[in-house]
Amino acid sequence: MSELFQLSAVEAAQLLQAKKISSVELTGNVINRIEDVENRVQAFLIWDKELALSQAKVVDEHRMRGEDLSPLAGIPIALKDNICTQGIRTTAGSKILYNFIPPYDATVVNKLKQAGLVLIGKTNCDEFAMGSSTENSGYHTTSNPWDLERVPGGSSGGSAAAVAAGESLLSLGSDTGGSIRQPASLCGVVGMKPTYGRVSRYGLIAYASSLDQIGPFGRTVRDCAALLNLISGHDGMDSTSTSVPVPDYTKACESDVKGLKIGVPREFFAQGVSGDVDMLVRAAIEKLCELGAEAEECSLPFSEYALAAYYIIAPAEASSNLARFDGVRYGLRTKELAGHISLTEKTRNEGFGDEVKQRIMIGTYALSAGYYDAYYKRAQQIRTLIRRDFDRAFEKFDILLTPTSPTTAFKIGEKSDPLAMKLADVCTLPVNMAGLPALSLPCGFVDGLPVGMQVVGKPFDEETVFRVSHTYEQASLWHTSRPLL
Amino acid sequence: MPEYEPVVGMECHAELLTNSKMFCGCKNEFGGEPNTRCCPICLGMPGALPVMNREAVNHVIRTALALNCEITRDAKFDRKNYFYPDLPKGYQISEYDKPIGVKGWLDIEVDGQVKRIHIRRVHLEEDTGKLFHVAGDESFVDLNRSGVPLMEIVTEFPPDIHSADEARAYLMKLRTILTFIGVCDGKMEEGSLRCEPNVSIREIGTHILGTKTEIKNLNSFRAVQKGIEFEVERQAELTEAGEKIVQETRGWNDAKQITFSQRSKEGEQEYRYFPEPDLLPLEISDDWIEQIRLNMPELPDSRKARIISEYGLSAYDAAYLIEEKELVDFFEETAKLSGDAKLSANWIMSDLARLLNTDNTPIQNSPISPAHLAEMVKLINDGTISGKIAKTLIEEMFTTSIAPGLIVEDKGWKTIKDTGAIEALVEKVMADNPAIISDIKEKGLMQKKGFLVGQVMKASQGKADPQDVNRIIDEKLIG
Ligand SMILES: [Zn+2]
Repeated sequence: MSELFQLSAVEAAQLLQAKKISSVELTGNVINRIEDVENRVQAFLIWDKELALSQAKVVDEHRMRGEDLSPLAGIPIALKDNICTQGIRTTAGSKILYNFIPPYDATVVNKLKQAGLVLIGKTNCDEFAMGSSTENSGYHTTSNPWDLERVPGGSSGGSAAAVAAGESLLSLGSDTGGSIRQPASLCGVVGMKPTYGRVSRYGLIAYASSLDQIGPFGRTVRDCAALLNLISGHDGMDSTSTSVPVPDYTKACESDVKGLKIGVPREFFAQGVSGDVDMLVRAAIEKLCELGAEAEECSLPFSEYALAAYYIIAPAEASSNLARFDGVRYGLRTKELAGHISLTEKTRNEGFGDEVKQRIMIGTYALSAGYYDAYYKRAQQIRTLIRRDFDRAFEKFDILLTPTSPTTAFKIGEKSDPLAMKLADVCTLPVNMAGLPALSLPCGFVDGLPVGMQVVGKPFDEETVFRVSHTYEQASLWHTSRPLL
Repeated sequence: MPEYEPVVGMECHAELLTNSKMFCGCKNEFGGEPNTRCCPICLGMPGALPVMNREAVNHVIRTALALNCEITRDAKFDRKNYFYPDLPKGYQISEYDKPIGVKGWLDIEVDGQVKRIHIRRVHLEEDTGKLFHVAGDESFVDLNRSGVPLMEIVTEFPPDIHSADEARAYLMKLRTILTFIGVCDGKMEEGSLRCEPNVSIREIGTHILGTKTEIKNLNSFRAVQKGIEFEVERQAELTEAGEKIVQETRGWNDAKQITFSQRSKEGEQEYRYFPEPDLLPLEISDDWIEQIRLNMPELPDSRKARIISEYGLSAYDAAYLIEEKELVDFFEETAKLSGDAKLSANWIMSDLARLLNTDNTPIQNSPISPAHLAEMVKLINDGTISGKIAKTLIEEMFTTSIAPGLIVEDKGWKTIKDTGAIEALVEKVMADNPAIISDIKEKGLMQKKGFLVGQVMKASQGKADPQDVNRIIDEKLIG
């Protein structure tokens, strides 16, 4: 038998339920793996053996007493470090929060605790989720488990790398412009961004509030479905979370795409998408057609402007969301004290990294009087047009398939040009602008590096996304490949 | 010197009477140990999100309706961005271009003239915390008030108000309306109702608006009036001297009764408003508005008209009583229980008002209840006590809170009904004053009879009915 850390979460859960293994054994095995590979991968900002094992022990006790447990009780999980955890340091990858210990749990953390998952650590990310490689982390850069000289993607790079490296069975990330899907693609795991409003954002340190959404990482589509089941639903603490009913997503994980209409938006195969990626995604679509789906090319003309509009809206919201880090109540406070204006200026100057500062400046500029109409308002208009593009496409198609990332993982330090880095999200950004559910799953390898396909669904139709993804996964078996570490 | 007229715009902030703060479950109460009424949301912790308090929105809709506003059905919230240590999130959630209420008005009365003051907008926003500077180089922040729902009411531009008296009348009327509908306690001294007038002057007959100044920290009606008067005079003097008026915020020094420059408006803050992405637009439906309209308490203007017609009060008395909701409530209860509205009003407006004022007690804490006052009015009307005794009685009631009937019984203050006893007193007084009797009887100096009545009343310790005394003296003089 392979080691426990290599199991999918659903497989491990079945063994736990059958009492063939205990959560302490499973968690212990995962901890051993972390001790083994973490110095090379550096997926975590903080992890705690004792804390993990003590939670596992509690779940085992509950199970021994025959208590009713959730399907994923006892499974280890890692959380992106922009998700607040009560009593556990939460930095969002920023020096400005180097000492911040939240007195509250994010709603998703509450739900995971209720469901008996075992929190093993907080994963690295680009500072305040701004980036596509974890190179913007205020602490260190995470390595891609498939090639340690390459980036894992970002901003949820630590969460993707942890699952890929066997350092956790599951993890949560957040996705504002591709921050779950792009690292999932680069690390060869499954990652999903649910419909905006599907999962509560309470306790997620905000980057761009109208775009941010928490979502699951796993090694299989079914793992992600099982985890999404646990974290979805309306939350009285988040006004933007919706009360649309939450179905059992694992039930949607069945192999059946007969008669399914696939749209293939040509704009997503254009600029910057490498020939190999293009070929592998098209082959995956071909495979689904062999299984009974019908594919047709379509067009989402306004998605071409998504990148430009995104880099107005997201920084504008960020410039406001990050204003609270002023050195007054928590986090870093400059040692050079002199009046409250300089306290705030110096604290922010010392605490924020370059990318964050740049986005705050762009956002501040875009919202300024005299520029608001030309930038922010115009960007919102484009956003509406992008949404309409998708609405129109979904009148005809059940699902849209595209590459997740235009390329495979790039080398650490390779993309020194900030614009080149931002182009890494060109296929994922339009989906956030429209608030749609989308999943990335492996669809092949190029030179030993994973390639991901993006499966985009209608609003709140995560089920079709899971069904299509699961069907392809079971027919392809890419998900069984593991990096050698 | 040409004649100048003031042009005054009024910007008022009212803290709303809600159980909890605007976006979190923390208690909305005045005072408290610093930073004890706070949570991650009102402290602006990372990841915390606002959830709208519907009660606060209801209060603003209620106010907008009471001020004859149109309701913005798709009202929304915006972020007003600026840095200050008392503003935890670095932005204030407010309403920028779609306030809940627009285009309203209220009527004021100055020198018997009714004037309509137009209102531009009524909107909801959150209050900030408080910054304390202490000796040395430290400052402290108290965030108990952070996130308390605050309503802003702004008059129309160009302004209708052209005197300090009108400004004061506007503010008093606004306060009356807010307290009548129960959205604000109207306590200017505690800051739950704050007013920042902006003042400019112009030559009478012209329509050009001058440079305006805004006056802050006015915490009484008097201060608002005096502040505006001072500012108008200051601006007129500057204009006469050929000097420029600087656009600025000026503070009010209540001790010196002057305004002083606080900060120049040049290089003013840029707030970078944008729609609050953490809250959905409101979508105020017909049903919602109707529900609030149905439960709207009687407004001051219609209540005033009603108490005039229902109780036959003078316009003056009605205007006096209507100023405070608690006062007119007290009056109506007393009037109903006593069956004599006019006499009830007289006692409330004279002796009771004096006693409350001396004791610095608001009417709602009056030691004399409407029931007790009504009982006293009845005792006067049925002749049990004289009006003179009542003056002493009300003082006793005020200090003891005991029912007037019991006090009268205890002190033996009942009017003497026994005519035999009064006759005896009359006889004694007549016997003691033979000179007066002869003046009346022989010289016909009837005006001296008053002296006799006074003596008898004095001898009865005020308990005799003066009418009885008069009648008996007349009988004795004739007899
Ligand atoms: Zn609070």
